[in-house]
Amino acid sequence: MIPSAFDYTRPTSVDEAIRALTDAGEDGKVIAGGQSLLPLMRLRLAAPAMLVDVGALGDLRGIRDEGDWLWIGALTTHDEVVHDPLIREHCGLLSQAAGTVADPAVRHRGTLGGSLAHADPAADLPAVAVALDATLLARGPGGERSIGAGEFFQDYLTTALGPGEILTGVRVPKLGEGWGYHYEKFHRTAQAWAIVGVAAVARRSNGQIGEARIGLANMGTVPVRASAAEAAAAGAAADRDALREAAQRADEGTSPPSDLHGAADYRRHLARVLTGRALAVASGV
Amino acid sequence: MARITVTVDGVTYSDDVEPRLLLVHYLRERLGKTGTPIGCDTSNCGACTVQMDGASVKSCSVLAVQADGADITTIQGLAQDGEWHPLQRAFHEQHALQCGYCTPGMIMAAVDLLRTNPHPTEQEIREGLEGNLCRCTGYENIVRAVKSAAETGVTS
Repeated sequence: MIPSAFDYTRPTSVDEAIRALTDAGEDGKVIAGGQSLLPLMRLRLAAPAMLVDVGALGDLRGIRDEGDWLWIGALTTHDEVVHDPLIREHCGLLSQAAGTVADPAVRHRGTLGGSLAHADPAADLPAVAVALDATLLARGPGGERSIGAGEFFQDYLTTALGPGEILTGVRVPKLGEGWGYHYEKFHRTAQAWAIVGVAAVARRSNGQIGEARIGLANMGTVPVRASAAEAAAAGAAADRDALREAAQRADEGTSPPSDLHGAADYRRHLARVLTGRALAVASGV
Repeated sequence: MARITVTVDGVTYSDDVEPRLLLVHYLRERLGKTGTPIGCDTSNCGACTVQMDGASVKSCSVLAVQADGADITTIQGLAQDGEWHPLQRAFHEQHALQCGYCTPGMIMAAVDLLRTNPHPTEQEIREGLEGNLCRCTGYENIVRAVKSAAETGVTS
């Protein structure tokens, strides 16, 4: 279907973009790669009156090593996240998960910032952002601010971004020595959304798990941390049985949806099984 | 209306377009490039795949205004001097199509795959084409065709 009519602007500075978005009010929407927004508009599930295309904003581009973390511009495409040597070296979980997003053509257009700002709980990268304790950077009429991934995702397709605010980039802590990672995604067909996705990082020392962080995709209205399983994994022996045991608590505190692809209790089961697998790979066992 | 300048299959066009015009509609209805079909409304099927600045995109999920300044290649721009592109020839020789609807997108996705990975394994071909659906269940011969084109050393 053809989208509803809208006005379009492609500003060349962030300030100009913020002004355009502020002026558009409730009916304004940011577009980057458009790989989530345009399908919604074609199905007429979304009908913004004004699209502010951030594609020409150089401030939102690039990948920088800033010491303990990488700064990744919001316009970095999934394909770039998959292949960039800095991201692969320091934030490999992000590269691995980005490689499972949709298909190559979508990955050429879709952006990291777009995926996070769209905040679909079934998406892969929001779960990775919470597992990695990423910090999201926004600029708006009130200036610049940083928002922890845990606070950024507020509800289904709803983020902490205020009126006129634009996500400019993400700070992703580097995984240090001794850390491993794995993204485990369960879907029925190629290029489909995750029925459940599990993003895990784990630090192993002396045959034990020192610390684990686990982000879950599609286990609620926002990406959530599997805190109970993280606590159970900390101090556990780095072997399959112990990690499987810790993973039994992966669905605690979650409210997974029931839909065409799976009932809530099936998703709970998947979360436990996939967390066990993700932890095992992340811990190198 | 917005003014765009786009190069499509080697020819540069300047046009006024409505912001909501999708690239695929611009290609088909304004430029008459009907070799690029429209399959689905959910960016699943990949039938409308074209190359935009050297990388595959689904032209139903790009606004024509977003293609301003871009270099687009459609299936109709692959043949050179009346000679089929090796992938077109391989699809023909390996019988990689039945109804043909998915073929332009399959070939354009395969061009992208061989650009980044000139000698893919069968598994890599399947993964490289995961965004393209064939409903005649012709995947076996499609994979065979891409493999055969790769063996002849396609790089563009």
